[in-house]
Amino acid sequence: MLLKINDLHAKVEDTTILNGINLEINPGEVHAIMGPNGSGKSTLSKVISGHPDYEVIKGDIQYNINGKLASIMEQEPSERACEGIFLGFQYPVEVPGVTNINFMNEAFNALCEHQGADTMDEGAFREYVVSKLPTLNMSEDFLDRAVNEGFSGGEKKKNEILQMLLLNPRLALLDETDSGLDIDALKTVAKGVNTLKSKHNSIILVTHYQRLLDYIEPDYVHVLWKGQIIKTGDKSLALELEEKGYDWLTGEHVQ
Amino acid sequence: MDKYMSEEIKKHIEEGYKWGFESQVEMEEFPKGLNEDIIKLISKKKNEPEWMLDYRLQAFKKWQQMEHPKWAYFDIPKIDFQDLYYYAKPKNSKEGPKSLDDLDPELLETFEKLGIPLQEQKRISGVAIDAVFDSVSLGTTWKEDLEKVGVIFCSISEAIEKHPELVRKYMGSVVPPTDNFYAALNSAVFSDGSFVYIPKGVTCPMDLSTYFRINAKETGQFERTLIIADEGSYVNYLEGCTAPQRDENQLHAAIVEIVALKDAEVKYSTVQNWYAGDKNGKGGIYNFVTKRGLCAGKNSKISWTQVEAGSAITWKYPSCILQGENSQGAFYSVALTNNKMLADTGTKMIHIGKNTKSTIISKGISADNSENVYRGEVKVMPGAENARNFSQCDSMLIGDKCSANTFPYIDVKNPTATVEHEASTSKISADQLFYLQSRGVDAEKAISLIVNGFCKDVFKTLPLEFSVEAVKLIEMKLENSVG
Repeated sequence: MLLKINDLHAKVEDTTILNGINLEINPGEVHAIMGPNGSGKSTLSKVISGHPDYEVIKGDIQYNINGKLASIMEQEPSERACEGIFLGFQYPVEVPGVTNINFMNEAFNALCEHQGADTMDEGAFREYVVSKLPTLNMSEDFLDRAVNEGFSGGEKKKNEILQMLLLNPRLALLDETDSGLDIDALKTVAKGVNTLKSKHNSIILVTHYQRLLDYIEPDYVHVLWKGQIIKTGDKSLALELEEKGYDWLTGEHVQ
Repeated sequence: MDKYMSEEIKKHIEEGYKWGFESQVEMEEFPKGLNEDIIKLISKKKNEPEWMLDYRLQAFKKWQQMEHPKWAYFDIPKIDFQDLYYYAKPKNSKEGPKSLDDLDPELLETFEKLGIPLQEQKRISGVAIDAVFDSVSLGTTWKEDLEKVGVIFCSISEAIEKHPELVRKYMGSVVPPTDNFYAALNSAVFSDGSFVYIPKGVTCPMDLSTYFRINAKETGQFERTLIIADEGSYVNYLEGCTAPQRDENQLHAAIVEIVALKDAEVKYSTVQNWYAGDKNGKGGIYNFVTKRGLCAGKNSKISWTQVEAGSAITWKYPSCILQGENSQGAFYSVALTNNKMLADTGTKMIHIGKNTKSTIISKGISADNSENVYRGEVKVMPGAENARNFSQCDSMLIGDKCSANTFPYIDVKNPTATVEHEASTSKISADQLFYLQSRGVDAEKAISLIVNGFCKDVFKTLPLEFSVEAVKLIEMKLENSVG
């Protein structure tokens, strides 16, 4: 097993958002987490990545490190990333002054060092990055711009997926990667994500709409509501949600 | 952010100033206090000519009539000028020219520890170094090689003795003794410093560098540097400074004067890392310095690049007087304050000649409980047709107990002038940090990536070795303050 979440409760400031999440993910699986706005979808991915604004009040997150499940609750976000957990942001932040390639190179080398692999200098790394660009229809000049600065919504999302491909995470958490994308960009991003799919890499897609799932096929679909998973199904559940909305599951009208 | 900070700060309670060691050298000091007799003693010790002593005594008279400036943004503790030593030198180092290889081994070791080997066989190639220890210059490397092309690089004391005509002509021509309180004090008591003369048409074959080390206790360091670039010459000059870690404050009040004649260019870079005091603000150097360059001739250029990372209090404004037609001045600055450091720094660009141009790029970074002020003046005089200035002043805050302020003064007396000023303040946000961390970059490295990105425009103006050192220095400073 890659990830095991037990009875996870988490809050931000004084508001409890996650109310007992249980989730198990095996290598190679694609899980979609759906749910109405405010149900805790984004929070779940941030808590798994270790965002400092969220406090876990109960429960545990276990992750496979060196073949064994171990709690990662005490790990810094960077340590979790080094163990192969990747968070694709819904709103990637701009980091003025730091070039994309420099940032990616630092991240890549941090992971290499952690895993005892050789690091890459800028020249070698650039070649490696450039080899990944065509999949995402990105041009090389993206690499020399400041991280996300002045990028359009679609460019930011592509940039997230590019980083994901470079870092080759064992667990990719993609938070609303589809939001704000036109259909062409959506297809491109989906193509990128599908490139990562393998029997070793697992993906959690956090999404509001079923649209993305037309391009990335999930093995499981979970519906999150008030910080709990209230229903789990296969791909057909997503289609059912598309048709009926969430009301029939939640018992109340939601958006 | 605070969540990061508090934890990271806990981890790094230990202060780390690796230049904070003290050398055990027997010193010769004059009695504490300042009066005419002390000044006469300094002058006599240095075998100075009469005119030099007169210069000092007149400056002293002026100084006695002056008041300590009050316009700083923060309170500067009262300094008891009678409770300081004004002259301290290692006992067995002779005044005047000397061989570096004969220095006290403890002194050689001191500089070696600082990364500046002085012995002939270990010297850094491509850089000539004047090593100043407390009140005296210990000696200058590569001197003979420079002499071959006519470059004079020696201590100011030696220059007064051997090149009085140059010193008399230019000393005080850019920073007159009456310029300000600390300039007057320096003019009265300056002990040593560097002198540079680049003859007509000569491109100095190597970088010149002065390394200032304060070691003695309760001693003020008042060095004086004079750089003269004759017509069509070029020199790249570097300055570095450190001091031992002590609980009491020490005063450093220097003067640097640069004169660039027609078609000459001087680049002056400083990495200032005086001891800044501990995290409670105890100890550290008061760095009150007057640095000014005169672009005297047509097409002359002077640029100041500074990385200010040390000192408890910094008060300095490296400036350019753009007198020659088409002359250019530049000021590139990174000022980093952490713990309880106070920095009030910036520049003045005085446009006098036609078509003069100045560039100001200032990056202030404040962390912990520090205060960081940019203060700058751009003045365009009536005769400065088509003068152009571009200023960019950016501040970055790390944490929420520090402050950054920008005071730009603009005074334009010629309607054809173009003056542009841009300013920004940013804060390293928790979201930025989390973003970088979520990719595997740890908090410390993430902050240094962001800060280095912020300072890039300034670092790229530094000579390569200096820029590497500057990046390391900033990283190390931030390691201590934010983790």
